[in-house]
Amino acid sequence: MSAPIDTTNNPEARRPRTPWQLFWERLRRRRFALAGAWVLVGLYAMALFASFVAPGNPERQDRERFFHPPTVPRIQGWWLVVPRYEQTKGGPFVYKARVDDVKPVRFFVRGDPHKLLWMIPTTVHLFGTGEANHPILLFGTDQFGRDIFARILYGSQVSLSIGLVGIALSFSFGMLIGGASGYVGGKADTLVMRLCELIMSIPGLYLILSLRATFPPKLSSTHVYLLIVVILSFVGWASMARVIRGMALSLRERQFVLAARALGVPAWRIIVRHILPNTLSYVIVAATLSVPYYILGEVVLSYLSVGIQEPDASWGNMLTAAQNTEHLQSYPWLLAPGAAIFVTVLAFNFLGDGLRDAADTKSN
Amino acid sequence: MWQFVLKRLLHLIPILLGVSLLTFLLMSMTPGDYYTALENNPQITPQKLIELRAKWHLDQPWHVQYYHWLKNALQGDLGYSMAYKVAATELIGSRLWNTFLLSFVATIITWAVAVPLGIWAAVKKDSWVDRLCAGIAFLGLSIPEVLLALLALLFAYATGWFPVGGAQSPLHDTMNGWEQFRDRCHHLLLPAVVLAASSLAGIMRQMRSNLLDTLRAEYVTAARAKGLSEGWVVYKHALRNAINPLLTIFGYSLAGLLSGAFIVENIMAWPGLGRLTLEALSAKDYPLVVATVVMATGLLVAGNFVADILLAWSDPRIRLKE
Repeated sequence: MSAPIDTTNNPEARRPRTPWQLFWERLRRRRFALAGAWVLVGLYAMALFASFVAPGNPERQDRERFFHPPTVPRIQGWWLVVPRYEQTKGGPFVYKARVDDVKPVRFFVRGDPHKLLWMIPTTVHLFGTGEANHPILLFGTDQFGRDIFARILYGSQVSLSIGLVGIALSFSFGMLIGGASGYVGGKADTLVMRLCELIMSIPGLYLILSLRATFPPKLSSTHVYLLIVVILSFVGWASMARVIRGMALSLRERQFVLAARALGVPAWRIIVRHILPNTLSYVIVAATLSVPYYILGEVVLSYLSVGIQEPDASWGNMLTAAQNTEHLQSYPWLLAPGAAIFVTVLAFNFLGDGLRDAADTKSN
Repeated sequence: MWQFVLKRLLHLIPILLGVSLLTFLLMSMTPGDYYTALENNPQITPQKLIELRAKWHLDQPWHVQYYHWLKNALQGDLGYSMAYKVAATELIGSRLWNTFLLSFVATIITWAVAVPLGIWAAVKKDSWVDRLCAGIAFLGLSIPEVLLALLALLFAYATGWFPVGGAQSPLHDTMNGWEQFRDRCHHLLLPAVVLAASSLAGIMRQMRSNLLDTLRAEYVTAARAKGLSEGWVVYKHALRNAINPLLTIFGYSLAGLLSGAFIVENIMAWPGLGRLTLEALSAKDYPLVVATVVMATGLLVAGNFVADILLAWSDPRIRLKE
C-alpha cells in the first residue's frame, strides 16, 4: 500500500487542470474519435506522398487492361505474391488470374518517374513488382485502363485539401463578419444578417451551380480548384457568421469585454482578441463537422463535370464513370472512389462527434 | 395566431425578391447567353440575332432586364425559356410538383422511421439497440448521396425490382388511373428512400437526445413516483414534450433535403427542378435558371413557413414573443 500523497505541501498537485487539459483527457477516452483521427492522419499522409505510394502514373492508359479487376495478393511460401491477369477470350474485358505466373510484391521498387512532395525527382515507389507487364492494380482499372488506386491517391490531394482550405477561408470570414456584426450591432448588423438569411434561403446546390455558371465552363484544374473553394466558402460562411454573431451578442455584455472597452481597447482588437477566442471551442467542433460539406461539394461539382476536369483525377470525376449502370454491374470496383469518400467522411464525423462531446463540459 | 401567420408571410417577400435579384445578377455575370451558341450557325444572320436579343432585352443592362422580369413576374409570368420555346411557368409546373413529391415522400419516410427508432434507442439507452441505432446513424450521416444514389441504381438494375431512373414508364399514357398511380409509386419509391436515408440519421439522433433530456425532467420522476406504468410515462408525458424541438429541426433540414433532391434527381433521372436547373444552366437558358432557382427557394421558404406555423401552433410562447 502506497503512502497517501501529502497535497498540503505540494503546490503542484493542487494546480487545477486547464480547460485544454480537461478537453484532451475527455477526448482521449473516446476510442471512435481517436480511431477517426488516426485514419485521417493516414489518409493525409498518403495524399501527401501520393506519387510515392501510387505504384504508377495515374494518367497512363493501359490499352491492354481496360476494366482490369483488382489484383488480389496472396501468400506463397514466404512471399506475398500477385498473379498476372489475362483477358479470356470469352467476352470483352473478362480477366482470369494466372496462378502459374506470379511475382513477389517488392517494396521500394523503381518505376515511373515522379516528384516526391512536388520537389524531389525520383523513380522509387512504395510497392510494385518492378515489371511493367505485371502491374499491381489494387482497385483495378477504369474504362481507359488507368490505375484506380493511383487515381484515388492523386484525387485525395484535391478532396482532402479542399476541406481544410475551404474551412480556413469560410470560417475566418464567417467569424470576422459574425463577430463584428454582433459586436457593433445596429444597422450594419441587420444588413449582414439579412444577407446571411438570403444566402441560406437558397437551397445550397442551386446557388452553388448558379455561381459556378458565372465562370467559363472549361478552366484549368488549378483554377477550378480555387473556384470551387471560393464558391463553397461563399455559401458556407453565412451559417457560421450567424452563430458567431449570436455568441458575440451575449459576449459583448460580459465583464471582461466591458473592462476592455473601459480601458480604451479599439473595437477590432476586442473582437479579435476577446470575443473570437471565446467562440473557439464551438468553431473547432463545427469546422471538423463541416469538412465533409466541402469534400462532398467538390464531388458533386466534379461528378456533374463542372468541377475538376479529366485527365486530372478527383473523387468526383472518377465517380462519373460509375454513372453507366451496366458498367457498374460488371465492374463494381468503379465505385472505389465512393468508398474513399465514405471512409473520409466517416472519419471526420467520428472525430467531430468526439470533439463535440469532449468540448461539452455540461453533460459530464 | 393570425397576426403571426401574416407577419411570417410578409417576411417571405423580401427574401424572394432578394433571391431573384441575386440570381439575375449572377446570370448577367455569366459569359455568353443562349444565342452565343447560334452565332456560328450560318443559317442565322447576325441581324436576326440582334433582333432576338432585343426581343428578350438581352442587349440591355441587367437592372433593366430585372425590371422587365419583375414586372412580368408580378403578373405570374416567370419569363420565357429560350431553349424550350415555352413559358417558364409551363415547364416548371410539373417539375416543381415532382421535386415536391420526392421531398415530401422522403420526409414522410424519414420521420416514420427516424422517430420510432429514436424513441426506441432512448428507451433502451446503452443497450445493443441503442448501439445499433448509433451505428446506423453514423453510417447514414457519412454515406454521400452520390454514392447512395449510384448504389440504388445498381440495385435496381441488378435485381430488376425497380425501374432504373425516370419518373414514369414509357407506357404511362396508355394506362388507366390505378395503373398510372402504381407506376408513379413504383418509380418514386427508390429515389425517395435514397433521399430519406441521408436525413434519417440526424433526426433519429435528435429524437433520442430530446427524449433522454425530457426523461430526466422532474415531472417525469413525479409521474413515475405516482406509480404510472413506464409506457404511460414515456408515451403520454415525455414524448409529447420531446417532439416539440423536432419541429425546429424539420425547418432546418429542408435546405439539406432540397440539395439532396438536386443530387438524387440528377443521378436517378428524376425530372424535378434540380435536373431542369442543370439543363437550363448548360443551355445558358437564363430566364429558366432564374425561374427554377426562385421556385426552389420558394419551396424552401414555404417549408420553413410551415415549420414556423407548426411550431407556433404547438408552443404558444413563440406566438407571444413575436
